[in-house]
Amino acid sequence: MEGLVISVTIFVLAIFVGFEVITKVPPTLHTPLMSGSNAISGITLVGALLSAGAQHTTLTTALGFTAVVFATINVVGGYMVTHRMLEMFRKK
Amino acid sequence: MSNALINLAYLLASVLFILGLKGLAHPRTAVRGNLISALGMLIAVVVTLLDKSIVDFTVILAGLVVGGAIGAIAAVRVPMTAMPEMVALFNGFGGGASTLVAGAALFEAIYMSTAVTTDFTVATVFSGLVGSVTFWGSLVAFGKLQGILSGNPILFPGQHALNAVLLIAALGVGGYIVADPSQTMAYWVLVAIAAVLGVLITIPIGGADMPVVISLLNSYSGIAAASTGFVLSNNMLIIAGSLVGASGLILTNIMCKAMNRSLANVLFGGVGGEAAAAGAPSADSVYAGKVKATSAEEVAMLLENARRVIIVPGYGLAVSQAQHQVKQLAELLESRGTEVLYGIHPVAGRMPGHMNVLLAEAEVPYEKLLDMDQVNPLFKETDVAIVIGANDVVNPVARTDPNSPIAGMPILDVDQARTVVIIKRSLSPGFAGIPNPLFAADNALMYFSDGKKALNELIAAVKEL
Repeated sequence: MEGLVISVTIFVLAIFVGFEVITKVPPTLHTPLMSGSNAISGITLVGALLSAGAQHTTLTTALGFTAVVFATINVVGGYMVTHRMLEMFRKK
Repeated sequence: MSNALINLAYLLASVLFILGLKGLAHPRTAVRGNLISALGMLIAVVVTLLDKSIVDFTVILAGLVVGGAIGAIAAVRVPMTAMPEMVALFNGFGGGASTLVAGAALFEAIYMSTAVTTDFTVATVFSGLVGSVTFWGSLVAFGKLQGILSGNPILFPGQHALNAVLLIAALGVGGYIVADPSQTMAYWVLVAIAAVLGVLITIPIGGADMPVVISLLNSYSGIAAASTGFVLSNNMLIIAGSLVGASGLILTNIMCKAMNRSLANVLFGGVGGEAAAAGAPSADSVYAGKVKATSAEEVAMLLENARRVIIVPGYGLAVSQAQHQVKQLAELLESRGTEVLYGIHPVAGRMPGHMNVLLAEAEVPYEKLLDMDQVNPLFKETDVAIVIGANDVVNPVARTDPNSPIAGMPILDVDQARTVVIIKRSLSPGFAGIPNPLFAADNALMYFSDGKKALNELIAAVKEL
């Protein structure tokens, strides 16, 4: 129960931080914002690595592998696409 | 590496994510912000690999290489106009990963006969549900934007009742898993029901409302990641997932406000599509005899002495890929002493900021891209407003008719300009399916053509002046 309470605390605080940070992004940058925050959601990769690496059963390893593939697509694709978009906003 | 060190590294990564998102607040710092965020991700991943529970790296390496290759190739080859659907697709994969990880954690606990707490199983069920809805919903969003699926809302009777039943069924199965976690098959049943639900709640939403849906799905994938964080007791997932969850929800809220429609209306209202809304005036009664078609030469004459021109882009600009032509025309006019500005409506295009990205690709200086509140007061002192492929966002009916589907939606006041030129292929309705009296206004001229073609003709005509 202790662990859960701490986790919930972190959760609530993170929401406040998210709100404060994100409301400062101007409409011009909303698409890169969606793309950039989508890249961050690839953090699932961390969980996938643990699943794939623990090697408990064939099933969990297979699930882990697939999860790693999916999450890496999310991370790599997400950051690269965001970068491409943002490069266009640089003053030439 | 000790647990304390790992968690400290996670804290560092979280800080980098937050700083990265802060960097996105201004074009100047945005690129750097994204790189900082990527660094945070790198640290999180590397540190996780040092976790002692990982015994074998071959599977991981294989997964990273395959996923990395697919992600990189897709990111590099996708054209800018397909950005929204790519974000939807990548997001879906993230959601799917959460479901798989939660499932793996559950099966692992069963295999190792570890006693599981209710918190654990509830979080697992939640991740499985939300992750699966996100994955399949994102696939549908991708399909709709790519044109694989119909952009019209796909409606059928009893739809909402069916979705409610599916949700209850999913929760029921979830409850069953919490009561008896050893039933591994039940997890797959849950995922399958959630998949169907994900598809069914996304297909009734019209193609042009997809930005709201993508924003919401983005939020869901963050929530799924945070939930998986509860499952694995991993702070990194909880913090990053919450950040993304919050980001998505806020954006969704902003976009709904900009359309003056509630989220419920967007998700369940079945709004949009080609069929005219019931009770709306017929197109004929609005347009007949009052629409004036124009030509490049005529518009060029209007532009000849214009002191200020405001360009209003819409989704049609993206479809026609005419952003470079717009830039050329603007530069041509500016060289003749005309002030050229751009009015960007918050929901123009398929994603928030879609028009901005498109015009940035054409190297239009971003200071010229004005948002609605900045640009609306300027229209009454504007000689020519050029609307390219936009419809509902400039439809005055939003101000005047309380029964219209777009009633109350803030619009760009282009009708206040001296002359409005609308570049559009035909009089076909926009997303809301209603006629637009702007086209029949006294100060409006319709330039019936594809965007790129029209702009090329205009550029040639202005050069001839």
